[in-house]
Amino acid sequence: MAERVIRLVSEGFTRRSSPRVQDDGWRVLGAGGEPVPETLPAGPVIVPLATWIARRGELLRRAATVGVWLEPDDDPGALAADVATLPLIAVHFPKFTDGRGYSTAALLRARFLFKGELRAFGDVGRDQLFYLRRVGFDAFSLPPQRDPVAALASFGDFSNPYQGSIDEPRPLFRRRGPAGLIARASPSASCALASCWRASRR
Amino acid sequence: MYRYDHYDKTLVRERVAQYRDQIRRYLAGELTDDELRPLRLQNGLYIQRHAPMLRVAIPYGLLSSTQLRTLAHIARKYDRGYGHFTTRQNIQYNWPKLEETPDILAELAEVEMHAIQTSGNCIRNITTDHFAGVAPDEIVDPRALCEILRQWSTFHPEFAFLPRKFKIAVNGSVEDRAAVLLHDIGLHVVRNDAGEVGLRVMVGGGMGRTPIIGHVIRAFLPWQHMLTYCEAILRVYNLHGRRDNLYKARIKILVKALGIEEFARQVEAEWEATKDSPSVIPEGELERVAAHFADPPYKSLAADLGHARHLADNRAFARWVERNVRGHKRSGYSTVTLSLKQSGVPPGDATAEQMDFVADLAERYSFGELRVSHEQNLILADVREAHLFALWQAAKSQGLATPNVGLLTNIIACPGGDFCSLANAKSLPISAAIQQRFDDADYVHDLGEIDLNISGCMNSCGHHHIGHIGILGVDKNGSEWYQVSIGGRQGCSAALGQVIGPSFAAAEMPDVVEKLIDAYVGLRHDDELFIDTVQRLGIAPFKARVYGDNREVAHG
Repeated sequence: MAERVIRLVSEGFTRRSSPRVQDDGWRVLGAGGEPVPETLPAGPVIVPLATWIARRGELLRRAATVGVWLEPDDDPGALAADVATLPLIAVHFPKFTDGRGYSTAALLRARFLFKGELRAFGDVGRDQLFYLRRVGFDAFSLPPQRDPVAALASFGDFSNPYQGSIDEPRPLFRRRGPAGLIARASPSASCALASCWRASRR
Repeated sequence: MYRYDHYDKTLVRERVAQYRDQIRRYLAGELTDDELRPLRLQNGLYIQRHAPMLRVAIPYGLLSSTQLRTLAHIARKYDRGYGHFTTRQNIQYNWPKLEETPDILAELAEVEMHAIQTSGNCIRNITTDHFAGVAPDEIVDPRALCEILRQWSTFHPEFAFLPRKFKIAVNGSVEDRAAVLLHDIGLHVVRNDAGEVGLRVMVGGGMGRTPIIGHVIRAFLPWQHMLTYCEAILRVYNLHGRRDNLYKARIKILVKALGIEEFARQVEAEWEATKDSPSVIPEGELERVAAHFADPPYKSLAADLGHARHLADNRAFARWVERNVRGHKRSGYSTVTLSLKQSGVPPGDATAEQMDFVADLAERYSFGELRVSHEQNLILADVREAHLFALWQAAKSQGLATPNVGLLTNIIACPGGDFCSLANAKSLPISAAIQQRFDDADYVHDLGEIDLNISGCMNSCGHHHIGHIGILGVDKNGSEWYQVSIGGRQGCSAALGQVIGPSFAAAEMPDVVEKLIDAYVGLRHDDELFIDTVQRLGIAPFKARVYGDNREVAHG
């Protein structure tokens, strides 16, 4: 049975990419606590970090058809040597309120420079998609009872976020037009404002 | 004050649309209670004992008269004609209807207000000194930093689902009026030897069930790095804070478990890797935001002779000035506290009529702006000395001139068990009974400064840990009891109170407070304040006086 996944297409994990619902060939192994079989099924699979570490040599030979998934308390640094070769890393959200995966994603993208597909799965709902996309996820696997097509609308919840993150590292204060730089009040109206903040002895 | 540009306006409108759709999906059965809960909390909506409670953000406590009128309008149209100002400088409505909350938020958005992140496990409303911008001892006005923090923390994608709530306070003066030692992150503006402005960063302070005074994690952080450093702290906390136990999930528990040295090492390592990010604040941005907080058009004023005459002639006015009026950086101007602590009214409650009235006063006397203090009063920050007498008379007519700032009857209290579903015990009747017992204004005045703070449960919304007298509601086998501590204090030498012994029934509380006060009156040296007497002698003599010969009425 083909599952469906939401992917950001054309521009990866930047703000310019657009989300699409696509068929998904990847199979997650071991996420329900079941053991990962000795002989892996054919086709693309996503294995737990522990399996990857234990069977790395063997799995590397399957190259493009093996991804790794991380639990919230897994250290993404464990994949530092593999980010260039892994086509996919997935981050598990056992509960959507467990926000560790957001920092995990940000570290994978910004610290370890992972460029492949970064997928959120587990208890993922449409109200988290805007945040998930911002920290560098570019694929989102919703549980079967949640409609991915209806969820697409939530990517557009906010048009211009304030702070920088992975999809747009520049905070709004570095993206504003020149008009935004002079909002109101000339400096002369304030108490020599700028000088208050610069070095001065009092 | 800060005024929204089109980016800010768009963002709060988009939030209203998002929230309206979430409520629609919930009412249509597409979102479960569990799925909605974290979403509605991040919009300040609790489901309480009687009805939902909506907490509206008042960023760093600053309001315009227009905004206050809208708050009054909301109280009338959607609630029962009043609101409750909180110890975190916000306002709460206790009786809104769930279905109407999107409309309330839409009305707020029209006056540049919102309820974003006023609850939930995320970065909460930024708080600061209620005298920011006018205090004579100010190093720099902290409000621009507060606004920059507000924007940065609003919908921060990495930190929307933290282990627990996260509170940041900023103080810009020598004296600490923002309780920076009792926040998850406290930022205290300082100057280094070269005269540059920076921040002393404190982490891991807090009240709640495990009260802890914050640790200094960095003695001097250039202000340009305020956001990058906060991000480093939050990332370490987000990844490593406990999520298995609600009561051990605050950052203070992580700091305690790792030790401040190890925690600091991890934060510094994280910061080292990220500190040159685009989140470094450019000087132009600080100037852009700070321009919104430029001084109003003050006049150069000489001392007012009329004012001096009123002070000499009118004892009640003089007393009010002594308690509720404070100095200002500009001569001829004062800051005025309008007390929301009238006897018989729950602390921090204001009716729609009072709000409209204060909005008028702000326009007439204080450039159309006001502040909410963490002591749950309203403050007019820029009042001409010559206007004080007229202002006093007007405030008196609406019950807003109780001359009790800093005194025993200026009680801080959470809404407690009458409203809050977290509470173990009621706090408002205790506050009312104590105010009634001490209804002799002259006596209360002679007692001098005493902070009495009441919380209905361990969450400590009434800041009982830092009350000179702290009262905590506890549940014992389903009945309500009150634990009393003394010796807590706020400010630069913040301290946590010590419990004096077994807890008391509600009816005993006025007697208990009276005995503490009697003990103090008997023991004090000359002009010694209550807190100083406690510090000098410890709790023993107070304990002896309270428990003395009737130990049998107290319960363990």
